[in-house]
Amino acid sequence: MICKLLTGNRAAAWGARLARADYIPAFPITPQTEIIETIAHWIDEGRMDSRMTTLESEHSMITSAGAAVTTGVRTFTATSSQGLLYGMEMIYTVAGWRAPFVLVNVSRALSAPLTLEPDHNDVLAARDSGFLQIHCATCQEVLDSVLLAYRLGEDEKVRLPVIVNLDGFYLSFTREPVEIPDDAKVDQFLPPYNPGETRFRAGDPISHGVAVLGGSQYSYFRYETHLASLNALEIFEEASKEFEELFGRSYQPVESYRTEDAEVIFFMMGSFATKAKDAVDRLRSVGRKVGLLQPRLLRPFPVKAIVRALAGKKGIAVIDQNISLGKGGILYTELCSALYSMADKPVIVSFIGGLGGRDITREEFYEMVAVTMKAIETGEAPPPRLLYSKEELIQMKGLQSIARVEQRKGRGKR
Amino acid sequence: MKESSLKSIKDLPSTHVLGPGTPTCAGCGALGAIKIFCDILGEKTVFVNAAGCMTLLTVYPFTPFKGSWIYTAMASAPAGAQGIRDALDLLIRKGRLKPEEDLKVVVLTGDGTAYGMGLSSTSSAIYRGLDFIYICYDNEGYGNTGYQFSAATPHAARTATSKGPGGYQRYKKDLFAIWAAHRPAYVATVAGAEPLDMARKIEKAKDLKGSKLFIAFTPCPTGWHFEPAKTIEVGKLAVKTGVWPLKEYIDGKVAHTRVPLPKGKRPLVEEYLKIQGRFAHLFSPTRNEKVLEKIQSGVDAYWESIV
Repeated sequence: MICKLLTGNRAAAWGARLARADYIPAFPITPQTEIIETIAHWIDEGRMDSRMTTLESEHSMITSAGAAVTTGVRTFTATSSQGLLYGMEMIYTVAGWRAPFVLVNVSRALSAPLTLEPDHNDVLAARDSGFLQIHCATCQEVLDSVLLAYRLGEDEKVRLPVIVNLDGFYLSFTREPVEIPDDAKVDQFLPPYNPGETRFRAGDPISHGVAVLGGSQYSYFRYETHLASLNALEIFEEASKEFEELFGRSYQPVESYRTEDAEVIFFMMGSFATKAKDAVDRLRSVGRKVGLLQPRLLRPFPVKAIVRALAGKKGIAVIDQNISLGKGGILYTELCSALYSMADKPVIVSFIGGLGGRDITREEFYEMVAVTMKAIETGEAPPPRLLYSKEELIQMKGLQSIARVEQRKGRGKR
Repeated sequence: MKESSLKSIKDLPSTHVLGPGTPTCAGCGALGAIKIFCDILGEKTVFVNAAGCMTLLTVYPFTPFKGSWIYTAMASAPAGAQGIRDALDLLIRKGRLKPEEDLKVVVLTGDGTAYGMGLSSTSSAIYRGLDFIYICYDNEGYGNTGYQFSAATPHAARTATSKGPGGYQRYKKDLFAIWAAHRPAYVATVAGAEPLDMARKIEKAKDLKGSKLFIAFTPCPTGWHFEPAKTIEVGKLAVKTGVWPLKEYIDGKVAHTRVPLPKGKRPLVEEYLKIQGRFAHLFSPTRNEKVLEKIQSGVDAYWESIV
């Protein structure tokens, strides 16, 4: 085992290398590109015995990934944002093929307006596809999650592709100390991919992804895939236990931080959860009973673990780094449905923040706790809050007045 | 290039690799063409399909294919072929698959895909030198959705989306030239009604390394409005009148494998047009001389340019 300072992107590439991924269909997109650059370099230097094929689009990239897995090789790929959406038809399709591979998504907010910095609307667009989703908050988690993802997806009770998500810029380009496990131990944890009987070869023909006639057959296959996804909950616990024995790091489907006696819980995922952790520590130091619950596994959604962790809590501040336009926070909706039938359920307050990489400040975390405390007191949750400060609005007004002047100047010239 | 072992129609296999009992329309030209492809390519194949009429050949739990099959999506069948080819090569190189278990990777799409949505992924596959076979069954329209015009629809044809008095106003895209411009190993036009020419071309191309692409002329009784029994007649007339040139691109050169009789001796294009309902408006209630002449002179100009 060695320890290195790695960016989130390089940690993802290390995951693919340690997993001995045979095949890497690729297409560059910011902020993911460093992953495929790193792997390309390793292949050129003979440090990875793999083949990388650069396709002409993410749609084709995901098609070839699924087709390669169906032929029997371990496959890794990565994308971000517009790329994930461009390939969305195939995201659903390859999950239906039951083709287990790992796709690292480096989150980046969606157009329009066009931007490079992160939020989770890209990866959440794949929420209902059949891909499992693991959300990471640290670079170590990125590497470890790629290994866990193969174990999970390739398990014969699951057989589904997995998205490992990390935030663009905040994690993709941030260096953190990362322990790189020994090859031999990884091989022990992750044996070579066994495609079983479902692979293409002469003399043993099979048909994949074929049409069905009617809703009954269609429903059968869709239900089967759904149930396979739910199987991943149990397999995650098993794999994670073995992972801890081998590597000494423990991963839960939902990560609890200082929640035991907490009254107010932040509920959020991704790298911004580390900001919430810092706020928890500071609030704890002045005697506030605050904790953090961070779903790592979003699909399958670990309902039981969440209910268990939130039993007896008074208030939850859900911080969504996404927005379902016309509805609100997606995580908020997910959590509400998970807790609805719980007796003495906590008050759930919805906050939207961190869109397009907008920071969530320490003061905002404090304020969210105050708002949630008040909701506990009154027993009534306020309408969802969209985090945005007066200063930001003043700045925006400034930009708008510049835009108006420029527009007038432009018209004057014509 | 060694001479073909297929000298006459009698040399074509009398038993077929593709099984019977498919749900295609009566007289489907595409099915006949695919049958010949399967006969020559054999059983060690994996067909990579994009959305179209032939998608319904394989409907759970039945398939007429003796080899494997995967349905991808409309735009990306060549990318599916890339993933399979790359994976087979990796498995053989790493000793996880015996070379005799290798497969020929065959993309099967209609013209709607080949001339349009799938062109980007095809262009890129050829550019990467992908070792695969592409079969485009060209029925000159979006057949599976009720026959709307596609970029392969000929001038003046009536389709579900060109029902106006003049029919379809644009001209068929030259996919052969587009594919050949990529300098692949092989490109050919074929016709189901000319099985010997077709079988010879498949035989010639199948063991070449690289991209081998076919545009198969496949008359569609339901879309073109003719009796299912006339599929072969329509196909033969398309070749005889010069509407559908049979040609191949190999080693950087285009060669015609069948040249129709010279102008004046070969049948007029209208012989081909008048047996199809999609062109009926050119003959009734009155002959549309202007359009008929335009189509005829287009065909004549093509053959003048190549002879």
